[in-house]
Amino acid sequence: MDFAIGEDRQMLADTMKRFFAKEFDWEKRLKVIETEHGFDRAMWGTLAELGVLGALFPEDAGGFGGSAFDIGTVFGEVGRAIATGPYLGTLMAGRLLAATDESETLESVIAGEKVLTFAHEPAYDAESGETRDVTASKSGDGWVLDGAKGVVEYIGAADLIVVTARADDGERAFLVERGGKGVEVVDYKLVDGGSGGELRLSAASARELSGVTGETIEAATAAGVVALSWEGVAVMDELRDQTLEYMRTRKQFGVPIGKFQALQHRMATLALEIEQARSAAINAAAHFDKPERDRFGAAAKYTVARVGNLAAEEAIQIHGGIGMTWELPLSHFAKRMVMLGHVLGDEDEHLARYIELMRAA
Amino acid sequence: MNLEYTPEEEAFREEVRAFLKEKLPQRLSDKVRTGKRLTKADMEEWHAILNEQGWLAPHWPEKYGGTDWSVMQKFIFETELAQAHAPRVVPFGLSMLAPVLIKYGTQEQCEHYLPRILDGTDWWCQGYSEPGAGSDLASLKTSAVREGDHYIVNGQKTWTTLGQHADWIFCLVRTDSSGKKQEGISFLLIDMDTPGIEVRPIKLLDGDEEVNEVFFTDVKVPVENLVGEENKGWTYAKYLLTYERTNIAGIGASMAALEQLKEVARTTKRGGKPLIEDPLFAQRLARLEIDLENMKTTNLRVLDAAGKGGAPVAESSMLKIRGTEIRQEIGGLMRRAAGRYAQPFVSESLDEGYNGAPVGPEWTGPVSSQYFNNRKLSIFGGSNEVQREIITKAILEL
Repeated sequence: MDFAIGEDRQMLADTMKRFFAKEFDWEKRLKVIETEHGFDRAMWGTLAELGVLGALFPEDAGGFGGSAFDIGTVFGEVGRAIATGPYLGTLMAGRLLAATDESETLESVIAGEKVLTFAHEPAYDAESGETRDVTASKSGDGWVLDGAKGVVEYIGAADLIVVTARADDGERAFLVERGGKGVEVVDYKLVDGGSGGELRLSAASARELSGVTGETIEAATAAGVVALSWEGVAVMDELRDQTLEYMRTRKQFGVPIGKFQALQHRMATLALEIEQARSAAINAAAHFDKPERDRFGAAAKYTVARVGNLAAEEAIQIHGGIGMTWELPLSHFAKRMVMLGHVLGDEDEHLARYIELMRAA
Repeated sequence: MNLEYTPEEEAFREEVRAFLKEKLPQRLSDKVRTGKRLTKADMEEWHAILNEQGWLAPHWPEKYGGTDWSVMQKFIFETELAQAHAPRVVPFGLSMLAPVLIKYGTQEQCEHYLPRILDGTDWWCQGYSEPGAGSDLASLKTSAVREGDHYIVNGQKTWTTLGQHADWIFCLVRTDSSGKKQEGISFLLIDMDTPGIEVRPIKLLDGDEEVNEVFFTDVKVPVENLVGEENKGWTYAKYLLTYERTNIAGIGASMAALEQLKEVARTTKRGGKPLIEDPLFAQRLARLEIDLENMKTTNLRVLDAAGKGGAPVAESSMLKIRGTEIRQEIGGLMRRAAGRYAQPFVSESLDEGYNGAPVGPEWTGPVSSQYFNNRKLSIFGGSNEVQREIITKAILEL
């Protein structure tokens, strides 16, 4: 048993920390989130050069990492800086590219030349009031896609989109180019400063990622769950530390507010819960290649969302009015924290999934 | 990062399991598993078996009969014992007094008392809390006044667990009232047979007499029974808090209890369906199981840090808080699972040899008593609120 993250990963984490501190300080972030797509493409290229994207993929896919702990390391630093950019889409879509014969495409993504995103979850459909997904049908030698995907991260800035779709024989994945015929993108800003968009496809021609099945797609989203869990724990750490610092300096009634037991005990509970969330994230990574992957993934996503909400709400409450301001970094961490819970299924969905697996065990 | 046990640790686990299979009497594990009362003789029987194996005091130095086990081995050992429903080892002599003697006692004290703890000659109890000194332990008033070769002890201790069985009591006593309250406390060993000591049982909410009041009236205690220096007792008492507590979270006990709970949830029907199919009960169960899985890893992380030379005081506080909350919640869900059969209270049915027919499903017999008895977990050993104070100071630095 060994809970040390390992030298190589520590070096990667340090590199990312230094990079974000220098190139993505608070002023810079405020500027970036005001841009059209909420992320800096030039910075993305530099991160790719530093190997951040390569760390998400194994060597045979052109990367130099790809294990669950590598993914956790990268996303931990993304969380600490609340960096904006299509990290998650790159991870999940990239793992589908790696599972098929698309090594050149993936290389261009790892090199930062092409921006990739992952269109997986169905879109809201105003006509029916329900969700609408994408279906795939054969057309001559190739495939065409119809339907829609919702809240696809950074789709407005993406060159390539991996789309999951229902075919007659099950779930498959396809590569679509933004700007192609029958591909419509409606993009918008997200609460946490990044951007997303709706993808609407009508008879859009698409390249099949041959060999990708429902299982491959589940494995890719499982990697996404590990990533979000580690990112979430890092955001919590920041929320806790910023709140503690404020409690040491902010005075009311003549003393630092950190001297009040009502607040101390709430922070002690929060600190304990964060350690539980960290353990959940470690468990998810440690079981990523094991039969119990989904049980520990669901446990982690549930725990991180639950504790994350607590962390965000307590952090704002203990800061008081100043915690409500755009100017204070804390509010942006809180927004990122809560929004992470809305990606790839929320606290309740993952608890329900866990219950299903618990009953079956 | 690697959460697997090493092959050596796995081999050790097998060795512990083989020992338990061979040496843990079925009669005792059945009593523990079904929530029956353990007698003094039951506890002594199990101690003797562990002592025979050399595993009664794994955390002691080898020269006094301990082992050279790693923190991870000790954790495995404690977890395996709990999962096999072995009786809990009574901790007062073995885990509370002995570490203090070994660290602060004299050679003579160690050589005299430690073997007697191992072979069961002396049953120890703990004299810390007083009616006016609970969480604020340092305000204790039981006095020890030096007269020649003796201290004369007067006062009262309370919540003295299993004091009715004890031959000896280790006490925190006040030897100086002039300065800061922490600076006038001494650590004294007292023979329970000394004239002037009276033990009165306290009947608890579950009807059992597990704890006692101990009264001291002009009790003469030889000065050689002082541990360490006079007025330094608070340091020794606090040492216990920093002393390696590998299983303060009670992971093994919780794992065993959760297995029982899940079995109950699968087999107990309500409204024609097993409880595990009930959405509300299943949700409580799932949240609990997730919390325990997380806790197990949190515990292992603390052990990993301790094994690498850390002294995880405040982390132990986190383990204590959440570990006891989990154990309480498991008991709470057992009580809920029992439905209306949580109510019958046939006290005799918790004793060995009871032949009456059970009221309701047999497993429901002790669940409410245990639920109420488990309230103690978040109160003793430093209440969970006191643990939050420790976290506030040591981790949060507020």
